[in-house]
Amino acid sequence: MADLTAQAPGSVAEIKAQYADLTRRKRIYGGILLALFIALMVAGFRTADDRNAGSFADGYQRIFDYPAEVLSEAAEKAVELPAHVVHFFPALIETVNIAGAATLIGAIFGTLLSLLSTRGMAPWPALIPLFRRIMDICRAIPEIVIALVLIFLLGGGPVPAMIAIAIHTAGALGKLFSEVNENASLKPVEGLNSTGASWAQRMWLGVIPQVGPNYVSYALLRFEINIRASAILGFVGAGGIGYELKNSMSWGQGKYDEAAAIFILLFVTIVVVDQISGALRDRLTHGNRKGA
Amino acid sequence: MLRIDKLTKRFGDKTAVEAATLEIDKPCMLGIIGRSGAGKSTLLRMINRLGDASEGSISFEGREITTLKGTDKRAWQSECAMIFQQFNLVPRMDVVSNVLHGTLNRRSTLATMFNLYPMADIHKAIEILDRLGIAEHAPKRAEALSGGQQQRVAIARALMQDPKIILADEPIASLDPMNAQTVMEALRRIHEEDGRTVIANLHTLDTARRYCDRVVGMRDGRIVFDGLPEQLTTGVAREIYGAGADFSEAATSTAIETLDQTEAVRTAEAYV
Repeated sequence: MADLTAQAPGSVAEIKAQYADLTRRKRIYGGILLALFIALMVAGFRTADDRNAGSFADGYQRIFDYPAEVLSEAAEKAVELPAHVVHFFPALIETVNIAGAATLIGAIFGTLLSLLSTRGMAPWPALIPLFRRIMDICRAIPEIVIALVLIFLLGGGPVPAMIAIAIHTAGALGKLFSEVNENASLKPVEGLNSTGASWAQRMWLGVIPQVGPNYVSYALLRFEINIRASAILGFVGAGGIGYELKNSMSWGQGKYDEAAAIFILLFVTIVVVDQISGALRDRLTHGNRKGA
Repeated sequence: MLRIDKLTKRFGDKTAVEAATLEIDKPCMLGIIGRSGAGKSTLLRMINRLGDASEGSISFEGREITTLKGTDKRAWQSECAMIFQQFNLVPRMDVVSNVLHGTLNRRSTLATMFNLYPMADIHKAIEILDRLGIAEHAPKRAEALSGGQQQRVAIARALMQDPKIILADEPIASLDPMNAQTVMEALRRIHEEDGRTVIANLHTLDTARRYCDRVVGMRDGRIVFDGLPEQLTTGVAREIYGAGADFSEAATSTAIETLDQTEAVRTAEAYV
């Protein structure tokens, strides 16, 4: 205590001087960090540019050549666009289906993994690191690798893609969900514990109602990401709109109108999912307007 | 100087403030009382332009406030500081930075994003903190302070704006009696020493009576009383709060002395 009072500033002048020192030190640190950041950015950019086949400075004007070509060709054949949209719609449904099933399965496993790896909720606290590592592994392996292996084993089609995406989703959502769980209050859980409820009952009735809206909001974001992922997996033979996109967007086939139609479909899908998820989230967080 | 004319605010089909008319011709300390939902906060928020008015006008020194936009609106907000019930500080920033937020309207966005304020402003901020008796907390994070100290930081931020009017929305509603007194005394001193107008929403009568030069009562969005604190009798208070004969001021009081008074009343009643 004596030390504290000895250090404690007495007059306003002292407080001013001390705070000014503090500010000056912060500014110097901030300046050094900023200089370091800029130096690293410049150095890093130079290294990356050297390793490129061409130079960024020479090539960047050409970045927009491809979209321009796609757009001009699509504009020429604009009449055919509606027909293409109708033609590719079933493939889009397949892609969205893959994403939907993968999100659902991934979210279920993610929920389980998250509850098993949150301190205060996990039934076996000693095993928390194990479940965390399992989630890490799920996230670490690129889904395209899992999909390729599964396509090799099971043959091409939507199922390998679905499993591949579900594995990644379980890892990603598990991590996000466990962060949500950490902010949930343990009091309801304790209340249920006092009534003799089992672990599953405590989690389902005590935790899920608290974290539900956040879970849904993350799961819907993941659904959007998965639509894109499932389209990409089409490139390696998992079917859906990705396969069609790969065929139509290659150079020099004169199919850019088809590619444009597919891009439009994907864009509209993402917009629709975003709108629906916004409305759903709003209802979950604010409750039913009619006052259910 | 401040003139509010038939100011109305509607939320959907609900009218929060109905044709409020008020005129302040010289700097004073004005208390607004009324029960929750009477429209006190809505009125203050309209004056600060945190909320737009549905109808009516507010003018300050001849300038119309309700129609200001963009830069002009923000300039007006810097002239008319606001203090909130829950302090509304940035909890993770230090006290001096929070006070310096009062200068944001005058400084460039880029400089303030990097927390670069002129040393003169920093010194002024610490002087204001010293005036409010919390200079020794200058380098601490705002969240580390008690409620009463945080409210004084909020007042310091308001003073840093060098405002002509200070609006205080229930400044002591979340404070204990001791801190409430310190905060109210600080507001009173600012009015007396700097000659700034203070308009405060208060939820206890005795606070209004003790610190204000003029009291306005609101009920269901309308101004139903406007007068001197002495005119604020129990009958008038019942009218404002829409309470029955069982309404007792002491029951809601947060002042420490009231405890003794209540005690005295009880003893007196026992004798009767």
